[in-house]
Amino acid sequence: MVDTRGYICPTPVLMVQKALKDGPASLEVLCDARAAVENITRFARSQGYQISEAPEGPDYRLTLTK
Amino acid sequence: MREKSWLRDYGLILLTGAAVGIAALVLTAAGNPKNMGFCIACFLRDIAGAAGMHSAAAVQYVRPEIIGIVLGAMAAALAAKEFRAKAGSSPACRFLIGAFVMIGALAFLGCPLRMVIRLGGGDLTAVAGLVGFIAGILIGVVCLRRGFSLGRAYPVRSGEGTVLPGIMVLLLILLLAAPGLLKFSESGPGSMRAFWCVSLAGGLVVGVLAQRSRLCMAGGMRDAVMLRDFRLLSGFLAIWVTVTIGNLIQGSYDLSALSQPVAHSQYLWSALGMALVGWGSILLGGCPLRQLILAGEGNGDSALTVLGMIVGAAFAHNFGLAGAADSVAEDGTYVVGGIGAAGMTAVVLGFAVLLVITLTHLPKKEEN
Repeated sequence: MVDTRGYICPTPVLMVQKALKDGPASLEVLCDARAAVENITRFARSQGYQISEAPEGPDYRLTLTK
Repeated sequence: MREKSWLRDYGLILLTGAAVGIAALVLTAAGNPKNMGFCIACFLRDIAGAAGMHSAAAVQYVRPEIIGIVLGAMAAALAAKEFRAKAGSSPACRFLIGAFVMIGALAFLGCPLRMVIRLGGGDLTAVAGLVGFIAGILIGVVCLRRGFSLGRAYPVRSGEGTVLPGIMVLLLILLLAAPGLLKFSESGPGSMRAFWCVSLAGGLVVGVLAQRSRLCMAGGMRDAVMLRDFRLLSGFLAIWVTVTIGNLIQGSYDLSALSQPVAHSQYLWSALGMALVGWGSILLGGCPLRQLILAGEGNGDSALTVLGMIVGAAFAHNFGLAGAADSVAEDGTYVVGGIGAAGMTAVVLGFAVLLVITLTHLPKKEEN
């Protein structure tokens, strides 16, 4: 689980980039800003991941899967 | 399918870039200074002057563009349910960085947005600023790669998120109902202004679109280098192309390094000033325009950054740190403007401050 809440871009994407370094099959990411959701989605897509998004209280939970 | 994906990723940001460019052209035609339809640094500096925070008589006016941007961003964020009051990510450091970003911008005579608008008018002196801006961004990228962060912000009460929008509403009320309380330039750039309704409308449009598209003048280069993501950079380029085409159509494109409007040809310090802006913007997570947008979305740290920029502008003019434009003397001699010893010292001090902030916000060894 990568908790990006409270960070301004690009930090959330960089946190995800670091977590995807070894190519895990899946990764859960928590975000509190739409800009972070959009940026992470675009980055993960470029790395060959599929993304599903679900609300988590006022935040967003992204599931990245290969 | 591929076309649809391209449109989804690039459609809105290109539209925003074009809209910002058109807004800059319209505002210039309506009375704003040439090659300065929209300048976040210059307009915050004008607001500081209007509030009596500095006494440079030529640059005092409450610019409704700034009010429009913040309120437009707030309206867009509320409509999209994205308004989130948060704060607590090194606010004092952000205030300081904001002040030095402003000092760097006023050494060059423009924020990154005005730099692009100057380039779009054919102002070749702005190329030095662009080179410096890119260099500053690359320094910032190195800092981010080493783990630099100003830390996490936390949810706070809604009131915290409405501070800067509230100040903007107050400024609008003062502008319309009690202008006598404010100082307005009677000559110089501060006296050149579009009718307030036009300025406010331009700001609102830019605020809404920039909030939706996340437009950021520093983020484009950063994301291209760090993530091979060219979306934000395309917005930056769209402004440049739109302003260039608009100036060519109007016959106001002047490809030259001499006698450009509110610009100087002291190239080294233009570059260093914008390097300070580029580095500072990366540390802050966004350029001056983006800080206004984030503040409109409820980010108290960005609100403080904007207030830091206003204080930086006051310092810049109270202590003679800001650049002077090139001019032609009565005997016809071309006088190169730029910054003096005090301005140069302030820019160097700014680099030192950013370095200290960077070094004190890198992860400790065990966090790597």
